[in-house]
Amino acid sequence: MSDTKDVILEYVKNEYLEEGDDQEVTYTTPLISGGIVDSFSMVSLKLFLENKYDIKIPDDVATPEAFDSVNNIVEVLKKFNIE
Amino acid sequence: MTNLGVYEEKIKDFSWEISERELGYKQGDNINIGEYCTDRICRMGKKDKLALIWEGHGGDIKKYTFDDMRMLTNSIARFFKELGLKGGDRICLFMDKIPELYFGFLGILKMGGIAQPLFSAFGSESLLTRLEDAGTRAVMTQKRHLPKVRNIVKDLPGLEFIIVVDDDASKPLREKEISFSMENIEKIDQFDIFPSKAETPSVLHYTSGTTGKPKGAQHVHYSLISQYITAKYVLDLKDDDIYWCTADPGWVTGTSYGIIGPWANGITQCVLDSGFKAESWYKFAEKHKVTVWYSAPTAIRALMKEGIDVVKKHDLSSLRHLCSVGEPLNAEAVIWSEEAFGRPFHDTYWQTETGSIVISNYPDMKVKPGSMGKPFPGIEATVVDLNTHLPIERTGTVGLIALKPGWPAMFRTYWNNEEIYKSKFKNGWYICGDRASIDEDGYYWFVGRDDDVINTGGHLVGPFEIESALLEHEAVAESAVVGKPDPVNMEVVKAFIALKPGFTASKDMNLNIMNFVRKRLSPLAMPQEIEFVDSLPKTRSGKIMRRVLRAKEWGEEIGDTSTLENDEG
Repeated sequence: MSDTKDVILEYVKNEYLEEGDDQEVTYTTPLISGGIVDSFSMVSLKLFLENKYDIKIPDDVATPEAFDSVNNIVEVLKKFNIE
Repeated sequence: MTNLGVYEEKIKDFSWEISERELGYKQGDNINIGEYCTDRICRMGKKDKLALIWEGHGGDIKKYTFDDMRMLTNSIARFFKELGLKGGDRICLFMDKIPELYFGFLGILKMGGIAQPLFSAFGSESLLTRLEDAGTRAVMTQKRHLPKVRNIVKDLPGLEFIIVVDDDASKPLREKEISFSMENIEKIDQFDIFPSKAETPSVLHYTSGTTGKPKGAQHVHYSLISQYITAKYVLDLKDDDIYWCTADPGWVTGTSYGIIGPWANGITQCVLDSGFKAESWYKFAEKHKVTVWYSAPTAIRALMKEGIDVVKKHDLSSLRHLCSVGEPLNAEAVIWSEEAFGRPFHDTYWQTETGSIVISNYPDMKVKPGSMGKPFPGIEATVVDLNTHLPIERTGTVGLIALKPGWPAMFRTYWNNEEIYKSKFKNGWYICGDRASIDEDGYYWFVGRDDDVINTGGHLVGPFEIESALLEHEAVAESAVVGKPDPVNMEVVKAFIALKPGFTASKDMNLNIMNFVRKRLSPLAMPQEIEFVDSLPKTRSGKIMRRVLRAKEWGEEIGDTSTLENDEG
């Protein structure tokens, strides 16, 4: 599970933080409500997860709450038996 | 009793002089928005009243009285002057919704500068386009957005100062970069406010068009006359209100009604600097006992998705008036808000160019769900024929929304682009670029844009800018960008892309291109959907026919295809 967490965390840091932005992002950092990933960008984060784990996340599952931290995203992935 | 009273009565005797009189302004006087929103309110005996209640996403709360705001805006104005900035200089605000953004805006106006607020989610390329066009001398930003400015500073020789408002000295600043701390700055009691007149430029807001680069709609200090009275009549702001405008001052709603309108009325407003989350929004409204709420259809529809139960968990009984702006508010959202909050959202219509609300539903007027409402008193509006641009007499006929020029907040030009500015006027009318009809009761009904500009989440996005960015991607041979219907955002960006030989369409390619546009331009501009095609529909002269692609997305008739080069497109 920590591999999955780290994969997501790395992706978020690389894709959604500007190069040189030294803001600390952890497994619990609020991503959506914290303004790191906005509602429009969530689409690309969802697509990343779908591509990476070969799944299809329904829109009603991909809510701002469900994507609001790396830990929350991991909970979403568990529904697809991804540990 | 509402501030406007009975709409039908008000339109009979309204004149902008009512607003001038209430503000104590006479023709030829100095008029400075910064002064009117701060010093004047303090002189009215409200210096200890709260002007701003700010809450960050972590729950931090900061409160400022009108006197705090008066002195801090003085301090910021003096700071700019001491740097050597002067009246007429364009100063960009590139920040999240933090107090420095709000006070920086008024500070710029107080020293005579032209405030150029830009949405903090813009990528480097979007930023470069707008700073280059405006010839911006200074940018005020935060550490987290500094890298985007650093990326382009070498391309902006005229950019002399990059002011970082939250520098903690953990990393050295570079050439041109200056640290500024509003918390530690000396509060200045007296500042020699720039003697701006009615037509002195005040604000430059960039807006997207179908073709070419984004255009800077230039406003003047006299816009205050419209913004003050529309905030009073449409938002119905009263002295004891707690007002919440959810718009970001990177866009015009966030300045006209997130700064100027409410503060010129001496109203306490609160700001939540946080991403969207239904639960957080309701908690915020409950905690601060918000009475008047100005939001956007996209946000309202996102709240609808979360359901009524979450609303009922909160005591929102303080809410007394709700308004919406950015895109047409669908009837379902109006009906839902009556069920959820016991009152309807009142749709308001205006644009970056109009500077203030021009068509609206009013507190005492019957709301026809789905309608834009009626013209604001003092605004002469109609719909004109799509081709002749003459007013349409028959009710229910679709035409272009047109306004008789002359209201105080109307933009005065597009920066560096007088030619396009002039092209917006036909037969003595300003043509808004939106199609609508008027019913037998005088209510306006929005139909759609009259061009290819995409309205996504209440923000206009130009297809040309996105297509240009796409062409910079190594795999893209050509592209066409259109709006696609979306239940929450009204429209989202969809890109049709033909790849260069040697590149293959795939899910990873899709994601790669999406992220490429997001970083260069903004999340709003990022295609939410990409369709890879072999070729794009073009005219025989080689021009891509976006309307063919758009019609397919909207399930509309394609129309005349006689000029189409390849029918199979």
